[in-house]
Amino acid sequence: MNSPLRMELGRRYRFSASHRLHSARLSEEQNYRVFGKCNNPHGHGHNYIVEVALSGAVDPATGMIANLGELDSFVERQVLEDFDCKSLNQDVPAFRDRVPTTENLCIEIFRRLKSFPQAKLERVRVEETGKNSFEYAGDNPEGNRP
Amino acid sequence: MVLITRRIEFSASHLYHNPNLSAEENRRIFGKCNNPHGHGHNYTLEVTVAGEPDPVTGMVLDLKELKEILEREVMQRMDHRHLNYEVPELAGQIPTTENIARVIWQLLDPQVKQGQLHRVRLYESPDLFADCYRNGDGAAGKP
Repeated sequence: MNSPLRMELGRRYRFSASHRLHSARLSEEQNYRVFGKCNNPHGHGHNYIVEVALSGAVDPATGMIANLGELDSFVERQVLEDFDCKSLNQDVPAFRDRVPTTENLCIEIFRRLKSFPQAKLERVRVEETGKNSFEYAGDNPEGNRP
Repeated sequence: MVLITRRIEFSASHLYHNPNLSAEENRRIFGKCNNPHGHGHNYTLEVTVAGEPDPVTGMVLDLKELKEILEREVMQRMDHRHLNYEVPELAGQIPTTENIARVIWQLLDPQVKQGQLHRVRLYESPDLFADCYRNGDGAAGKP
């Protein structure tokens, strides 16, 4: 692909889930000190926003990097079905022994979306609230763009 | 290197239809965006220019000038227009967010004389957008 321009497609998705930040490797007191109110034993929830960035050639027949319907159903199947209205700690096996911080959530979502066949996954950005967001680009050299 | 971004909004209508495909294929690929009478969006365009601030003015570029370029090249061409029928630069292309972003890049790149065009981001809606970069630009801060 020798195009002088490089195109990316960005798409946002939403899910709601509960979590509790707690590490089995720390004492009760250390957990409370490190995680504060996020360590509340009964957990709490967020409305998460997942922003997915894909790169690839624009197909001249469709004008698209990837078919949006196929992308949406892939994300639905790979991520939203497993995460939406779930407890991340109890319902998602990846978080049985890993703290479900948004950093780890980014990495897990990236892992689940990496195999999208129509375009290259560049980066996953997750907003936990309107005030904080996290990004993960795997080992993509182009991934960490502004 | 400093990145400076200006945002504008325009409203336009479009439809997705490839005359080389059958009616059924068009419907399958483009879904409701294939509605023959079209539909519209409020587009948000973010234009990012990279450069070093001028030591005298402290500016990467004169924002007034960028505003005028955007008014002339984008607003006058696309605002309150039908993208399929009224924008010659898009003739023969499906007016997807990707293609519109690329056309906007091609219109703006020769006009930006101070600094260098770094990114064109076009939102069709808050949940769907396309980014256009110069190929070979490095990662953040190294355009």
